[in-house]
Amino acid sequence: MRLILRNLGFYLVAFWASITLNFLLPRFMPGDPVSRMFAQSQGAMQPEQIAQMSKLFGLDDRPLWEQYVTYVKSVFTGDLGISISRFPTPVTEVIGAQIGWTLLLGTTALIIAALLGNLLGIVAASRRGGLLDSAFPPLLIFVGSFPYFWLAMGALYLFGVSLGWFPLRHAYDAGLTPGLNAEFLANAGTHLVLPALTIVAVTVGSWMLGMRNSMIATAAEDYITMAEAKGLSPSRIMFRYAARNALLPSVTNIGMGLGFVVGGALLTEVVFAYPGIGFQLLAAVQRLDYPLMQGIFLTITAAVLLANFLIDIVYVRLDPRVRVR
Amino acid sequence: MTAVDTTGTTSTVAAPAPGVRGQTRRHGLARQLLSSRKALSGLCLLAVFALLALLAPVLAPGDPSLINSSGSQGPSGAHWLGSTTKGQDVLALTLWGARSSMLVGFTVGIVATGVALFVGLAAAYFGRLMDDALTLVTNIFLLLPGLPLLVILAAFLPPGTATVVLVLVITGWAGSARVLRAQARSIRGKDFVAAAAVTGERPLGIMFREILPNMASVVMTTLLGCVVFGITSQAALEFLGLGDTSVVSWGTNLYWASSDGALMTGAWWIFVPSGLCIALVAFALALVNYAVDEITNPRLRSAQRKG
Repeated sequence: MRLILRNLGFYLVAFWASITLNFLLPRFMPGDPVSRMFAQSQGAMQPEQIAQMSKLFGLDDRPLWEQYVTYVKSVFTGDLGISISRFPTPVTEVIGAQIGWTLLLGTTALIIAALLGNLLGIVAASRRGGLLDSAFPPLLIFVGSFPYFWLAMGALYLFGVSLGWFPLRHAYDAGLTPGLNAEFLANAGTHLVLPALTIVAVTVGSWMLGMRNSMIATAAEDYITMAEAKGLSPSRIMFRYAARNALLPSVTNIGMGLGFVVGGALLTEVVFAYPGIGFQLLAAVQRLDYPLMQGIFLTITAAVLLANFLIDIVYVRLDPRVRVR
Repeated sequence: MTAVDTTGTTSTVAAPAPGVRGQTRRHGLARQLLSSRKALSGLCLLAVFALLALLAPVLAPGDPSLINSSGSQGPSGAHWLGSTTKGQDVLALTLWGARSSMLVGFTVGIVATGVALFVGLAAAYFGRLMDDALTLVTNIFLLLPGLPLLVILAAFLPPGTATVVLVLVITGWAGSARVLRAQARSIRGKDFVAAAAVTGERPLGIMFREILPNMASVVMTTLLGCVVFGITSQAALEFLGLGDTSVVSWGTNLYWASSDGALMTGAWWIFVPSGLCIALVAFALALVNYAVDEITNPRLRSAQRKG
């Protein structure tokens, strides 16, 4: 319990830091974001829009700490301002409309990569020196050297443009209306394959290596020797005895992996023109939509922190040793 | 324009850094590195790229973004790597791109390692409150999602190579700081550090003259890691259009390839060279890193032989 509370404290401090960063960035940056936005919108701004932005970017004459208190209050009441590029839609609504696709893409890729990677890790550890164990690490280093977005471009070119196996962009065909029918789900599924596979391809290796090393460490434990002495079948020992315990570090890796998925999904979404908050973030940057930009950054940060916190709780439940310490 | 300014420093900043560290601090490490096949091939590959970057004005004279042929031509005798959608020579763009990419990569690597070293050593040496505070800051930076943070920072700062370097250093130092702190803490407890403190050596002196030389190999691996981070992240940032798109670098080459639709027209020769160059440099650095690990960590070596 104390551990959970301490971690909660840490995540709150981290969240506070990102809110503060968000608050300070527009106020202390060289140049003036508001005037850049005025120029961008070419006089199309409404009076209420200007008032809203003055509030957000501190153009009013109130002292800094007062603005800060207002800002923090508005963040915690879920008021992230109004999007400039999609005026007058509130930022929260824009994010709400997009976040589903990011979660779909991210979690699909994360689950596949984690399952596949852990399974491969178990196999590699059980046949040390085998083909999987010796050929994979160098290959991993080589594949890991390529910039992720470039691999994604290559996959898009090869499987999308040249071979034409998969659609080139968007989450579903333009003619379809989203709904829970077979046609739409199948269509969204085919659009999901290529983006998700590229994420799996670059992340599966680290899952596998982590699991392999963890398995090798666990295999040296006395209770494994005991299980062997009892004459249990190798597969039973491998999965019921060794893998269960070796999986523990992987649970913490999910938190780390999530950070990568949310961050990496930005590049994936850009390359595959997949709708999602990463794609939206870049669009907001290009259109100088600062409120939307900041809102998305806060949302991503909050999601990562929350996920890490939940995983901490799960971990404490899974591993009694943590509770004692 | 900026490409020309920045290239002058390529030779002074980028090229000698990894070598000098090895040679002055540890004669043994340098010699062992040269006798390792992995390290040698990695270093050779790096040397080739450094040479290509330096000789770009000789090998491909003139402005690389000059339009000098019809667009989207495949590789041919006149243009060995073909031409872009706009009609620029891909080979010239790739050669000139090496300068900005290598310069930014090594600058980011060196500065980020420097920051990480300072934070890690200070946390380990002073301990207690200082350690708690610095570790908290490090962990927060580790947890904040890197790429979105990069994008936000780059969006608010004026575009340019200096911004790219600054932003990459801000997002890239934390991981190394954690590793360096752990290593420095184990050395902090050794007797010779206590002895140095008794003889009245200043904290900075102890940190950098006593502790630092004993963790040279860890510093080296984090440095190489940071350089790889710098090169690939710069490319990602510029690919998103958040760098200075007027500078010729591997990242901006890929940005233009993508925004000019090279992918959709099937012009693979436009986006393959720059990506391959990034991968080869990163691979070379990883090879050297692997070799340093093997030399300084005998357990890894034997495990590797047993396979």
